[in-house]
Amino acid sequence: MSAVLLKGGMALAPEGPIRADVRLRNGVVVEVRRCPEPDSTDEEAGSQAIDVSGLLVGPGFVDLHTHLREPGQEWKEDIASGSAAAAAGGFTAVVAMPNTDPVIDSGHMARYVSDRGKQVGVVEVIPSGCITAGQEGIRLAHLDELFESGVRIFTDDGRTVADAGLLRRAMEYLASRGGLIAQHAEEPGLSRDGHMHEGEVSSLLGMAGIPALSEILVVARDLALAEFTGASYHVQHVSCAGTVDLIREARERGLPVTAEVTPHHLWFTDDHVMSLHPVFKMYPPLRSGSDVEALIRGLQEGVIDAVATDHAPHAAHEKDVPFEEAPKGVTGLETAFAAVRSVLDADPRTVFERMSVAPARISEAGRHGRWIEPGVPANLAVVDWNASWTPDGFMSRSSNSPFTGVPLTGRVRYTFYEGRMTHDAEVTGVPSSVRGSV
Amino acid sequence: MSFLTTIGVPRHEIEDLLDLADEFNEVLSRPIPKVPALQGKLVANMFFENSTRTRLSFERAARALSADVMSFSAVASSVAKGESLKDTALTVEALGADLMVVRHYSTGAPLRIAEWVGCPVVNAGDGAHQHPTQALLDALTLRRRFGSIDGLRVAIVGDVRHSRVARSNVFALAALGARVVLVAPRTLQPVAFADWPVDSTDDLDEVLEEVDVVYLLRIQVERGGLSVFPSLPEYVSRYGITRERFARLHPEAVVLHPGPMNRGVEISDMVAAHPNALILDQVANGVAARMAVLFRLLGDKP
Repeated sequence: MSAVLLKGGMALAPEGPIRADVRLRNGVVVEVRRCPEPDSTDEEAGSQAIDVSGLLVGPGFVDLHTHLREPGQEWKEDIASGSAAAAAGGFTAVVAMPNTDPVIDSGHMARYVSDRGKQVGVVEVIPSGCITAGQEGIRLAHLDELFESGVRIFTDDGRTVADAGLLRRAMEYLASRGGLIAQHAEEPGLSRDGHMHEGEVSSLLGMAGIPALSEILVVARDLALAEFTGASYHVQHVSCAGTVDLIREARERGLPVTAEVTPHHLWFTDDHVMSLHPVFKMYPPLRSGSDVEALIRGLQEGVIDAVATDHAPHAAHEKDVPFEEAPKGVTGLETAFAAVRSVLDADPRTVFERMSVAPARISEAGRHGRWIEPGVPANLAVVDWNASWTPDGFMSRSSNSPFTGVPLTGRVRYTFYEGRMTHDAEVTGVPSSVRGSV
Repeated sequence: MSFLTTIGVPRHEIEDLLDLADEFNEVLSRPIPKVPALQGKLVANMFFENSTRTRLSFERAARALSADVMSFSAVASSVAKGESLKDTALTVEALGADLMVVRHYSTGAPLRIAEWVGCPVVNAGDGAHQHPTQALLDALTLRRRFGSIDGLRVAIVGDVRHSRVARSNVFALAALGARVVLVAPRTLQPVAFADWPVDSTDDLDEVLEEVDVVYLLRIQVERGGLSVFPSLPEYVSRYGITRERFARLHPEAVVLHPGPMNRGVEISDMVAAHPNALILDQVANGVAARMAVLFRLLGDKP
């Protein structure tokens, strides 16, 4: 495998950002040479030298929450197109949500997803598994099979495990094995028929709402169950201030609870739903301005550990309908870094912590989320911290992004997965590594 | 230009439409109640939800302006074969529609159609969102009765939360200077409406003697299953305009209802038959109000 020399950039090393040349060979960072004189690092014969002056070289991003739609809904996305979208967003690993068709509730289904990811070879595709069989909320899924197939995150994402007794048993079963219970928190009795955040906007539009309370109640209940069972618990796509408060208190009590927030929940409020455009429809819904402020503060402080995209592709014709009839979800892999960098008042290290180090820790993706030093796997995102751009076209098969046309700051310039370049912002089209893979 | 909502429509625009409607009411009183104002224009009535009066009213309004009318109902169309709303709208446009009147069960469907097609769209009711021509005909009915809407005290009673009629009337009547109070149990009031130009109460008897207009909303009897109130008899006992409550109203006060009525629930037979119940005036004024809207969107400058 050929070597790559990243020259003149700022590397995010364990001790902090340092000016350094970074050499990759055989999928590993082999040399980090501090403050080199210009052109002082030898360019090995047969190696590729890339000028990354003015750019940051950091650990590749890890997404805890991606809908790759394969198997079953390949017209929206598949593992190849979703991997390409991930690489374009600087991701080197994604956790694939299990609500495919059929759902990922058994070992062979999980292995199918990870094997397809390896075949494509652009990002590590880490399968998550259902908590309940068929994602039906009635009985446990094949938790042992899933665990043995590499699944560490268990979720019925898109549906809430509403039965407290069933969730208790899942927590008890997985607590000793080390699996993480991740909950899409919505109390069905409060959210049924809802299409958007319940508040002044939903009242004006006459649309049934999903109150913040529906998330808060489930998280409060689940935290009590987690404390009782000793299970590790993860709150998916936190959307409101009340949930941030609950997580903060649980942390202070020492509970093993983690949480993620999406870029769109950091950016948009229910006011955007006044347009009645389905690109602003997702669950949990866009909430109020004060909720957005609490989410941003929570992410800055680390109460919310990680950014996760909830990348949810849908075909254009599926979203070209009235709001209430539209499927829920928006894409996010290709805009996540810029959206977070633009909205969060934070230094590069914090952004990489929330988008790479923390989600790698939560998903046990050991080859990712490592600060740059010799010996770590060469899973890297090279970003231009100050570039301005406006998203208008996507590698994803779908383009239901609320960030289309929104000016953003910060852009992924290159992505390296296991030492191979999987994205170059100057080169459009499908990466050769996707095209050539079988 | 389309007519989709009453929110944000300035007072002078509503009054212009009411003035125009008055002129069309005069036309409708002639022996031959028809003018050639929209001759050669094609109005498409697109109803994705059941309707009697609104659909007939728009048809009558279009024909009284000499427009051609193409009517469409979802049950007897390719929608039943799964054709999308967008394809349906583009098809109707390709057939030559100059204006689309859209009734749809989904919030914002007329707005989306207006984004897809090049012709004006009139919202004939979308979800629980808006029904702007209903508000216009109600304002016309009140203006004809009282001379002016300025300062009128209007109680809107019943299922405000799920009512597009209420949402349209609140903003139109407030723009015209009325003082509106919403009367409903908490479960039928909107969830959050601090910014609306209204007062609210759950006690009808508290405001009954102070109002000029009691606007009754239809109780969707089927909603009883969702437990938004304990039972119909209990609803009637607190919010029904019974003979006894009617007797406590100011003698000049009027009762409005957008129809269809649930007799014996929100309104008693005796009240519905009283001259101060303007329910059929509302229906009649609906034609003139819709003529005004169609003419404003399709006609040459008057």
